[in-house]
Amino acid sequence: MEIIKNDKTYDVVIVGSGAGGGMATKILTDNGLTVALMEAGPFFDPANPDQQLHLKWPYESPRRGRGSTRAFGDYHASYGDWSLDGEPYKMKEDTKFSWWRSRMLGGRTNHWGRISLRFGPNDFKRKSIDGLGDDWPIGYDDLKPYYDKVDKYIGVSGSKENIYNEPDGFFLPPAKPRLHELYYKKGAEKAGVKVIPSRLSIVTKRINNERGVCYYCGNCGRSCGVYADFSASSCLVFPAQRNAQGRLDLYVNSMVREVAVDKNGKPNGIIYINKEDNKEYRINAKVVVLAASACESARILLNSKSTYHENGLGNSSNMVGKYLHDSTGADRMAFIPDLMNRKTYNEDGLGNMHLYSPWWLDNKKLDFPRGYHIEIAGGLGAPMYGFGFDYNSLNKFFGLEVGGYGDRVREEVKKYYGSTIYFAGRGESVPNVNNYCEIDPDTKDKYGIPVLRFNYKWSDYERKQAKHMNETFEKIVHNIGGHMLWDNEGPNYGLKNPGEIIHEVGTTRMGSDPKTSVVNEFEQLHDAKNVFVVDGGPFVSQADKNPTWTILALSWRTSEYIVQELKKQNI
Amino acid sequence: MNRRDSIKTIVIGSLASGLVLEGCLPKEKETIYKNVWKYKYGRTPEELQRDLELLNQVFFSKEEMNTIRVMANLIVPPTAEGTIEQAEVPEFIEFIVKDAPSYQEVLREGLQWMDATATEKFGNAFVNCSETEQKSILDQVAFANGEKTKEEAFFATMRNLVITGYFSSEVGINDLGYKGNQPNIWDGVPGDVLEAHGMSYDKDWEAKFIDQSKRNDLAEWDEEGNLIT
Repeated sequence: MEIIKNDKTYDVVIVGSGAGGGMATKILTDNGLTVALMEAGPFFDPANPDQQLHLKWPYESPRRGRGSTRAFGDYHASYGDWSLDGEPYKMKEDTKFSWWRSRMLGGRTNHWGRISLRFGPNDFKRKSIDGLGDDWPIGYDDLKPYYDKVDKYIGVSGSKENIYNEPDGFFLPPAKPRLHELYYKKGAEKAGVKVIPSRLSIVTKRINNERGVCYYCGNCGRSCGVYADFSASSCLVFPAQRNAQGRLDLYVNSMVREVAVDKNGKPNGIIYINKEDNKEYRINAKVVVLAASACESARILLNSKSTYHENGLGNSSNMVGKYLHDSTGADRMAFIPDLMNRKTYNEDGLGNMHLYSPWWLDNKKLDFPRGYHIEIAGGLGAPMYGFGFDYNSLNKFFGLEVGGYGDRVREEVKKYYGSTIYFAGRGESVPNVNNYCEIDPDTKDKYGIPVLRFNYKWSDYERKQAKHMNETFEKIVHNIGGHMLWDNEGPNYGLKNPGEIIHEVGTTRMGSDPKTSVVNEFEQLHDAKNVFVVDGGPFVSQADKNPTWTILALSWRTSEYIVQELKKQNI
Repeated sequence: MNRRDSIKTIVIGSLASGLVLEGCLPKEKETIYKNVWKYKYGRTPEELQRDLELLNQVFFSKEEMNTIRVMANLIVPPTAEGTIEQAEVPEFIEFIVKDAPSYQEVLREGLQWMDATATEKFGNAFVNCSETEQKSILDQVAFANGEKTKEEAFFATMRNLVITGYFSSEVGINDLGYKGNQPNIWDGVPGDVLEAHGMSYDKDWEAKFIDQSKRNDLAEWDEEGNLIT
């Protein structure tokens, strides 16, 4: 097929506009470079009245918010799903991998709970501690200055706690706990589980004059119309656009297929398919930055085959796609009789829990090697589709009649409104070379691009951790006189399929040995000095922390390195 | 450029580039807006198209819709707080069966069963039976315990949709007492609620939380990360 060329040569082309790509866009354009930012989905601005979702009422949707076209509900900001029309992915043998793709400006920063945790010193050195996996080639001290800058620029609410492996940052003040959170705290502390204020990238106090301050509508999952939460579009790409004075070109609906190389095998841009006309185009650039998400960036590299890179670009080690790993997750729900018959008031609060539990135990004394944290949900939330289903099933805990209709419906619905707490354990898995994504030899997507095939199995490390999560939740609930609403039986103990927590990382992992890793400590391909990966791909291990804050800090550090290396004419 | 201007530029920029309804002819665009004027809730062009198609289809007959309305009024009887009609529950059910077609068979067959039973027992269609007669039919299927028969599953499904439809409506939300979805300042659980639950905010925790009187002061920190504003 003819590839349509453009004479312009950018300093940098960035593939993907989420956390990693958004940050690179901001730092590189601020430093005077010309940038082409490629996004596979449409433009998105949460303040655009035609796209805005926050402060909508359930009845403004004819399906009352049901997740018919958006798996997490009508008002979930992320355009995407576990499956996309015409863009399949495959699985090997009995692998069950779930891959969330968010095709829009800001990418998957439109899908997340804004939980913004720094990795701690131990999280970079797990092999030294338990002998499993590998250490990162960098440590907390290398990244600390960048975490600090991210905190100050984007904003994170939280509190100083002086916990060694949960480093403090430059926090905005946290919000007071809700009622069910106080119950959680009571039950958890009695069970010896540490509880601290959440660390969320939600602006509880003014951070600059371009962004609003949170007004507690609880709608962060819808992306904030006054930019009081972090999304890569509103907090990184828009400020970059305002500051770039024409140095930034945003290409939306542009699906990148591969990294292009010159006749000597040196990367010199990218090739993409414009979704509007289905034609192939080429962008010339001195530097290529991949930030398409861990698996999508691996796919682009593996599909970038040439005489010089028969195996795909950056893959002389055969490591691209390997060590794919997601957070573990197991969830339970409990009914707390003390929370029945509640007086109602507005407790929407921040768009996530106000309290959480960081990992509080020592794995040396346990039968599984890595930790987890606990997230909770509950309270007097907005009644959306699904509210009131099996409306009085909780009657069974009192031996009361279940079912019926009539006047009792109002009474019993109100009796149980806000009386449940949802528990989510989110943990660290052990990276494994046998968990990977690769190119499926037989399948192409609707753009003609070969698709990924996943191979992934959990081990007993993760299953035993999930068992422990369940036992912890049961203790906490018992301590506050509650009842579990379902059980998670062995052998998997409710462990979610890999991919379901949407924290997948590791596919282009970082290391100092080019034989066992894909990028160096500056996220630069060992095999091509002018290609970088700034999404979750370079993670050596994932910690039990949500990866976004570390993606942002790494991307900032890498972007400064790119600026220096270009100045020195090293790339 | 101040904040308001910059937001305006972004909004106008994104609209001007025609991204919201790109690919639609002006005439189609007009029709879409007209049909979904009521439901303006941040849809993508593909989602708008899907809504439009569903809103223009009819699944239930007038008779079926009437039966649904009568039945819904028995499940959530009218009060001064709100009614099934005000909550637009029948319209919601008509939409949801097109949105989620797996509902269609169970509801249609269930409605037929209700009319057949009413005719057999009382010689009338369900809607023409007395309230006592109607309730005697519902009572046969409304208290399922464990494994459900087909008719019990029908009733449970209808009840779920009626209750969810009622409480997710404007009147239902007020009836429930949900007070959120509006700008406000959260400053903790009200004192009387804390007291009623025997809860309090720990003294050593109090200092951690936001002082809402300073929320608009620009955040500044010392070198150790202590907030100084």
